[in-house]
Amino acid sequence: MRERMREKLKAARSKAESALQQEIPSPRPRRFVSLKEEEVTGFGEEVRKTKKYISISLKVLPGFPSTEEAYNFFTFNFDPEPENDETKDQKREESNQEVEEGEEEEEEKPATEEQELINKKDADDFLLDLDQTIDDFLEIRAAEYESIHKIKQKEREILFTPSSHTVPTYKKVPENMQPRYLEDEGFYTGERPVVPRINQNIMENRLLIQEQERKWFGDDGRILALPNPIKQFSTRPPIFSPEEGIEAGLETIYRKAVSSIHKNQYIVGSGDSLGQFQLDIDISGLIFTHHPCFSREHVLAAKLGQLYDQYLARRQKNQTKFLTDKLNALRNAVHTVPDSTKPHGSGHTAQERMNKYKFEIWQTRRLRDAEEEKDRTLLKTIIKVWKEIKSLRDFQKFTNTPIKLFLRKEEVDWKIDEKEFETEIQAEANELLEELMDEYEKKMEAYRMEYQEWKTWKKAQRIRKKKKKTEEEQDEVAEESEYGKEPVKPTPPEPVDKLAIEQQVREKALHSRRKPGEPILVPELSLAGSVTPNELCPRAEILRREDIKKRSVFLKVLFNNKEVSRTVSRQIGMDFRVHFGQIFNLQIHNWPESITLQVYETVGYGSTILLAEVFLPIPETTVFTGRASIEETEFSSNQHVTLDHEGVGSGEPFSFEADGSNKIILMTSGKVSNSVAWAVGENGIPLIPPASQQNIGIRSALRKVDAIASIGASGLTDMKKLAKWAAESKLDPNDPNNASLMQLITVANSGDTYVPDFFRVEQLQQEFNFVSDEALNRSKRFRLLHFRTQEVPEFRNFKQVPIYDREIMEKVFQDYEKRIRDRGIIETKDHLDTHRAIVAKYLQQVRESVINRFLIAKHHFLLSDMEKQGSILGISLFKLAEQKRPLKPRRKGRKKVPAQNLSDGDIKLLINVLRAYDIPIRKPIASKLQKPSRSSRPFSETLATSPSAQSPTHTVENVLSQVLVRPFVEVSFQRTVCRTTTAEGPNPSWNEELELPFRAPNSDYSTTSMQSVKDDVFINIFDEVLFDILEDDRERGRGIHTRIERHWLGSVRIPFNTLYLQGRIDGTFKIDIPPVLLGYSKERNIINERGFDSFRSLSEGTYITLFMTIEPHLVPGESVREKMTDMLKKFDSQEDEKLLQAAEKFHVECALKFPKRQCLTTVINLRGKTVFITRYLKPLNPPQELLDMYPDNPQATAELVARYVALIPFLPDSVSFTGICDLWSTSDQFLDLLAGDEEEHAVLLCNYFLALGKKAWLVMGSAIPEGPTAYVLTWEQSQYLIWNPCSGRFYGQFDTFCPLKSVGCLIGPDNIWFNIQQYDSPIRMNFDITKPKLWKSFFSRSLPYPGLSSVQPEELIYQHTDKVAAAELQDRIEKILKEKIMEWRPRHLTRWNRYCTSTLRQFLPLLEKNQGKDVEDDHRAELLRQLGDYRFSGFPIHMAFSEVKPLIEAVYSTGVHNIDISNVEFALAVYIHAYPKNVLSVWIYVASLVRNK
Amino acid sequence: MFPEFDDLYCKYCFVYGQDWAPTSGLEEGISQITSKSQDVQQTLIWNFPIDITFKSTNPYGWPQIVISVYGPDIFGNDVVRGYGAVHVPLIPGRHKRTIPMFVPESTSRLQKLTSWFMGRRPEYTDPKLVAHGEGRQVTRVRSQGFVTLLLNVVTKDMKKLGYDTNSLDMRTFSVADLSEGILK
Repeated sequence: MRERMREKLKAARSKAESALQQEIPSPRPRRFVSLKEEEVTGFGEEVRKTKKYISISLKVLPGFPSTEEAYNFFTFNFDPEPENDETKDQKREESNQEVEEGEEEEEEKPATEEQELINKKDADDFLLDLDQTIDDFLEIRAAEYESIHKIKQKEREILFTPSSHTVPTYKKVPENMQPRYLEDEGFYTGERPVVPRINQNIMENRLLIQEQERKWFGDDGRILALPNPIKQFSTRPPIFSPEEGIEAGLETIYRKAVSSIHKNQYIVGSGDSLGQFQLDIDISGLIFTHHPCFSREHVLAAKLGQLYDQYLARRQKNQTKFLTDKLNALRNAVHTVPDSTKPHGSGHTAQERMNKYKFEIWQTRRLRDAEEEKDRTLLKTIIKVWKEIKSLRDFQKFTNTPIKLFLRKEEVDWKIDEKEFETEIQAEANELLEELMDEYEKKMEAYRMEYQEWKTWKKAQRIRKKKKKTEEEQDEVAEESEYGKEPVKPTPPEPVDKLAIEQQVREKALHSRRKPGEPILVPELSLAGSVTPNELCPRAEILRREDIKKRSVFLKVLFNNKEVSRTVSRQIGMDFRVHFGQIFNLQIHNWPESITLQVYETVGYGSTILLAEVFLPIPETTVFTGRASIEETEFSSNQHVTLDHEGVGSGEPFSFEADGSNKIILMTSGKVSNSVAWAVGENGIPLIPPASQQNIGIRSALRKVDAIASIGASGLTDMKKLAKWAAESKLDPNDPNNASLMQLITVANSGDTYVPDFFRVEQLQQEFNFVSDEALNRSKRFRLLHFRTQEVPEFRNFKQVPIYDREIMEKVFQDYEKRIRDRGIIETKDHLDTHRAIVAKYLQQVRESVINRFLIAKHHFLLSDMEKQGSILGISLFKLAEQKRPLKPRRKGRKKVPAQNLSDGDIKLLINVLRAYDIPIRKPIASKLQKPSRSSRPFSETLATSPSAQSPTHTVENVLSQVLVRPFVEVSFQRTVCRTTTAEGPNPSWNEELELPFRAPNSDYSTTSMQSVKDDVFINIFDEVLFDILEDDRERGRGIHTRIERHWLGSVRIPFNTLYLQGRIDGTFKIDIPPVLLGYSKERNIINERGFDSFRSLSEGTYITLFMTIEPHLVPGESVREKMTDMLKKFDSQEDEKLLQAAEKFHVECALKFPKRQCLTTVINLRGKTVFITRYLKPLNPPQELLDMYPDNPQATAELVARYVALIPFLPDSVSFTGICDLWSTSDQFLDLLAGDEEEHAVLLCNYFLALGKKAWLVMGSAIPEGPTAYVLTWEQSQYLIWNPCSGRFYGQFDTFCPLKSVGCLIGPDNIWFNIQQYDSPIRMNFDITKPKLWKSFFSRSLPYPGLSSVQPEELIYQHTDKVAAAELQDRIEKILKEKIMEWRPRHLTRWNRYCTSTLRQFLPLLEKNQGKDVEDDHRAELLRQLGDYRFSGFPIHMAFSEVKPLIEAVYSTGVHNIDISNVEFALAVYIHAYPKNVLSVWIYVASLVRNK
Repeated sequence: MFPEFDDLYCKYCFVYGQDWAPTSGLEEGISQITSKSQDVQQTLIWNFPIDITFKSTNPYGWPQIVISVYGPDIFGNDVVRGYGAVHVPLIPGRHKRTIPMFVPESTSRLQKLTSWFMGRRPEYTDPKLVAHGEGRQVTRVRSQGFVTLLLNVVTKDMKKLGYDTNSLDMRTFSVADLSEGILK
């Protein structure tokens, strides 16, 4: 039984193993054993495996153990066997264990054999032990001990310490064999990796002990090893640094440099290049006048060549002949002169001229003689050198140079010659004689004179001597000295010996001149000689010739010390001439500083050596290609070369003599023939940089590398040569180092295979260029894609580029092309006004450049842009202490959504219209019966005291409503309109939420584009008027037939941008109500009755309380803006560094105390430079015109000035500069641009106020609805006034409706004060800046005001606006608006009431004059008088003029056109009042008229 | 496969070019939380099917699926456990993709400590960043875990437009992508 079990176990185990082995390498999908009840799972192999075991176990066991049985054995629930005994249960447990074990094994790796055996043994033992009694387990023995010696002995059997001694070679090689060194036999063995000797020895010893066979050792007795796998050179492509030359082997293609459009062209001064200029450098060749490889013969030949050249040059000049002719001419002149001069009697001048001639003759003769002598010596030297060559050739028995000298003899007629010679000599001798005679004469004269002197002196001497005797002794000393000067007795000059002179002349002539009758020798140098072929030459000479063949030369062209190109590498010829014949066209930008040629020599495949530098002169501006002559420029090198062959070397002494005497040292030298000239452009204009550039040494970074030349440097031009070289140098073809070379050679030798002699980075590019670049550019689709990747604004968000070209409309590109085309052209059509058009263009350009900068910045990421991570310890630990769920939860802000994830329809504008105050109420339409005066009440009356004057006397039958007004609010945004229900009364409360969808331009929801949304939210208040239009009174009982009309009362305009940047807008806004609202009036008494506080009544106007927000909450691109600001800060500043630091410090201190309050010390001007803010404030004169208007009313003047400033159109920076940065322009720039945001308005207003003598400050704070903004604060008679520079309105400090809600800092012309009071609301603040506890000033005692100069101009100059242009503009606007209104009413006929229009037109100037005040009554009266028959509703709109579009938008928003009564008539009048500096105030009067029945 | 973590869920989203538009299916979604399996492999299995169809006019901007895995740390804070992205295969058929996942590293040791302590590990501002290369040079990441995706791709009319992604005959106009995410 036990035996059986054991057998079973064994079988099972082996089965399990085999199964394991099967399974693990290939987990194939296995066949399931037809058991359908099992549910199939897809989880994995393991599950299946276990299940299989289970399934197999269900089978009935046969009698004997098989593989099937073995599996069955591992099952949990096999059938009870007939032989049940006690061990069965144990066994079952055992087997369970086994199964588990098996499974574990399966999951791990296959167990090794040993482990398996041990397991088996254990199991067997265990099984055996089961039968034994407990006693058998207990046995007591003494502890075993082994003696140390035994252990050591045992250890010795097992352990082995390899020695580190060198193993003798005989042990390593097989018996009776000598080590064989393959390397010596010429096989390539490769280089072994470096292993220290000691380690090698240890390994060898170990191997010898362990393995008796010597299979580990090679034939050479060393351990077998593969060659070193480490490559000698890195396979990583080298990184090209711009300083180095481009790697040889790269073919570079010249592409014209394209300047990036992402350049700031407008902000920072641009250096526009003046175009390209071209310099042509023609390198025709190179001649060595000495080279190390010159043989002696060559040296001589070179010398001969030089001499011959010299000779030729001399002969060409023929100085001798020239001088001889001159001499003859002079002689003739001498002969003729005396005759011609004598009759005149001016003997003196004749004599002078004579002398002059003579002197010249003398000089010329001397020159001629020298020349003649030179000629002769030259000829002699030539002959001498030639003789030397000949002797050398004889000596060395071979010729090296083809040089050959012929001497041509020109026979001359002996007689004539001699005669000439004789006459010449005679003439010369005569002249000389004459000369000498003259001299003699002169000398004689001198002699006589001297002699005379001497004589007199002698006489005097004698007399003195006589005297002397009589005189005293003491005088003697003094006189003695006089006598010391005793003149020598002059000797008479030698008389001239004619014969001697003639002899002298003759001798000289013989020496320097051709003898008479001697033939004229004309040397002729030819290269017709034959060079001894190599075979006949001695070895040294052959070596020399071989050496020359290996040498090649190329030239690098350096422009302004930068390599721009190089010639091909050319082999040096046997005659040491190299022909290049290359012309390099250098495209340059600047006047060249230097042009240098570097001569490089390559020897074999070795390194290239710089031989010499040749400096070429920069050509004159008159030297053009084609006209420039080839010039030879010499060079020489100081290199020292010694050669072991016939070559004489360079810089080394050598000699022609056999004994080595008479040594000469020659340096490598040569001549480069080249020409440098300016190229001529296609249209014939020479491409020469302007001379003004000549002095400006701007280094041009232009590089151009000739591809082929660069390979030349590597010496791989000739494949055949390479192969030859490889054969010669006995390269081991098996050496992997040479593999690439060998392959190349085989390819080259195999025949026609074209091996490009350059390397391309993208070799297959050409093949993949399935279409040419031009064709690609023609493809509209490709263009579209291209523009999109370039982020061209028009295409930046183009979606779904069509597949086919034909599906792309041509008009897609129209806008873009137009924009590109119009860049320089100023379009007047859209702007109606040239000045504004220019400004718009300028702004557009500035914007573009800022956007381009921004685009660059956008692709510059900071970590914070990419990752969110918790802040540093301090704050985070503090947060840790925070309760997870506080009992009193604080309100959490809405989750902010980054805008870029959004798409159309995701964003909504929520507007909560709460209530309105003080809405104008309807006035009973005064029929003709009523007195107009009845309704007219003084408008200027601020505190309305009259009690309920407005009794419900609505007697007019067609007004149904009994209420004063039924206002409702309509919000329009992006042409979507939404309205509230209608409320009643002048103080309605709607409390309604309106929802408007928002669409971003081009569906681009990126932060940038969101910030540049220019759309405004118009909140219009209308009055709903019901008219009964029942025709028939009889039906009144049965039906109601009314018409609803809406009358515009006023509007609030909130730019979307403000909303976006602020997140939400919450507050009470003043409604812009037209100054004249026909049919309506303000009901002040009601307010009073309801007991509103008195402040309210101070501010006349209508107010609306709103809450606006964007859903979801968008994250304004603050980070981008700050980053940009940071970037801009990096631009240089003209401010003092100390001041900037102080500003930074001030900033930090302020931010620490009141992080929310705005603190501004430095701003960025239009040039992108940081400027200290106080520099912007300076008294500036307002237009004189405004000052003259109310000369004695300062208050009115101030208001007028404020109005003027407000009339300058408002253009937020964030729109113009897409929220990137806040650029401040100075007041004159502002007035020129005629657009700016709050800061510019405020600065200008503040400057005006300062000029008016007021105390004025700039207030930086936040207001509704603008958000962070700038206001102006003035001190007027015991109260502070806050001016809104953009609207021109002013508020008292305690005005509750003042839009300024918080004050951050005040800025004066000489200081900045930061608000450190508890509150920042103007109402609760103290504006006394002298109190340091309330205001922290920037400049204090520790940092005194340094007296910063202003950036503002000295004075503003105002031009008068062209009235005619304004009038023209007025007409055009009127026409456009009329057209628009007709356009908006497509289904109705639009009639224009001309009479009314003209009436309205008369009113408008009046309105302007009174600034919209105090006219209503007269106006209304007038209107009523004139248009009594009409029901009239209309109003004037007043705006600052910037563009036409806002005007149209404003008219549209009033909804005048919405009236669709059939008999309605319209009236529209436009008036433009021109203020100085092109500031235009636009009045639009729109009215609708319905004829009363 | 995320050896150290348990109770993970994953978010997916698709990143595609401007010429692409999803025609059906959700382009963003979140899976259930899964716990480790009890077996030795301890895989996290979501078996989360995603079904989306795209249409496009241009292969440029071929869609990528971005997977980000989140799970609680020892303090119970939800932290990111891995980001990964893979292009939807171009070739129609069944594809198995194993994406190695990675997480951004803290910038400093101190930061690392506090972030571990606070359970506020650095995260990408937008998981879609992992589908782009731009700006990644400022981040440092560590790899952890793998996500296996099984993608079944069907394309339509590709060949008609000249894009031969497969030798087999295809007639498709839009790319329908049916992918089921299995996470190991």
